[in-house]
Amino acid sequence: MNFFPRSDDKAPDMLTLYGEAVSSRLLLGTSLYPSPDIMRRSVEASGAGILTVSLRRESSRDAGAGSRFWQLIKSFGARVLPNTAGCHTAREAITTAHMAREVFETDWVKLEVIANDDTLQPDVFGLVEAAEALCRDGFKVFPYCTEDLSVAERLLGAGCQVLMPWAAPIGTGRGLINPYALRSLRAFFPETPLIVDAGIGAPSHAAEAMELGFDGILLNTAVAKARDPVAMASAFAMAIEAGRLAYLAGIMPPRDMASPSTPVAGLAFLDAARAS
Amino acid sequence: MTEAGSLEELCRELGISEAKIATARNGDFVPAKARAAVALAEGDAIEVLSPRQGG
Repeated sequence: MNFFPRSDDKAPDMLTLYGEAVSSRLLLGTSLYPSPDIMRRSVEASGAGILTVSLRRESSRDAGAGSRFWQLIKSFGARVLPNTAGCHTAREAITTAHMAREVFETDWVKLEVIANDDTLQPDVFGLVEAAEALCRDGFKVFPYCTEDLSVAERLLGAGCQVLMPWAAPIGTGRGLINPYALRSLRAFFPETPLIVDAGIGAPSHAAEAMELGFDGILLNTAVAKARDPVAMASAFAMAIEAGRLAYLAGIMPPRDMASPSTPVAGLAFLDAARAS
Repeated sequence: MTEAGSLEELCRELGISEAKIATARNGDFVPAKARAAVALAEGDAIEVLSPRQGG
């Protein structure tokens, strides 16, 4: 979604992930919405071209729930990115990824290996182990990781072509709690698509990440749990677009000293005492 | 408890063989086309998963 005109006629500013170009830099989760209809309208308002989904136990008491959800998601026309949420070991995540590939008919997987239920911090050792196995099996892995540079290096070495560092723990909405580390990650891997995943609470957080040069934002709770999810989806879309445009436009460096924006030359001398 | 001899039969017994599902036995993925060939044994842990909301 492009809300604002660019100042030139360059080709559209697309996000390319594993060779697939998408026009929106917002990736949206499908959880926690008050209703399927509000989810649908939020997806539309966000302009997201990629939606995250999961796998959970099929219940014989509610047979067909999964099929109905899948039909709803397919009707949005977006690409799906299945996750391995809730997996605590590489083995669980690998099996879940294989199950997701069959059900969702995609080799894309948002790889989550969780270390701790309180922080939902990635288990980076299990993450690298699972990423190595899945990349070997032909998956296109989107690893949910920390901002650690050596972990990033290991994931890229495993075959990941995209990294998804957290801003803050999942669902906390605290924004970029370590902007220094995120800036370092961006600087160390200038060619790798980097998507900030988790911890974004306000559109300003998303804009800040985009201004740092991140390539996209993956969101769920901040939209789904807003008082008006549809309006919040629009707000995030605009903030991400604004942050991206600002990054491309080049943000002025901060200065310690004030510097007038109105020309000093030609200033009238109206107070003889001050002129002397 | 089930009388089903294979994973495919179990899915039919549960009325979900035509649903959008993926299966695993004892923590290992079992592709749809392999379900008929996977015989069930006492104590097998079977998981049947289907699409859900995710973040």
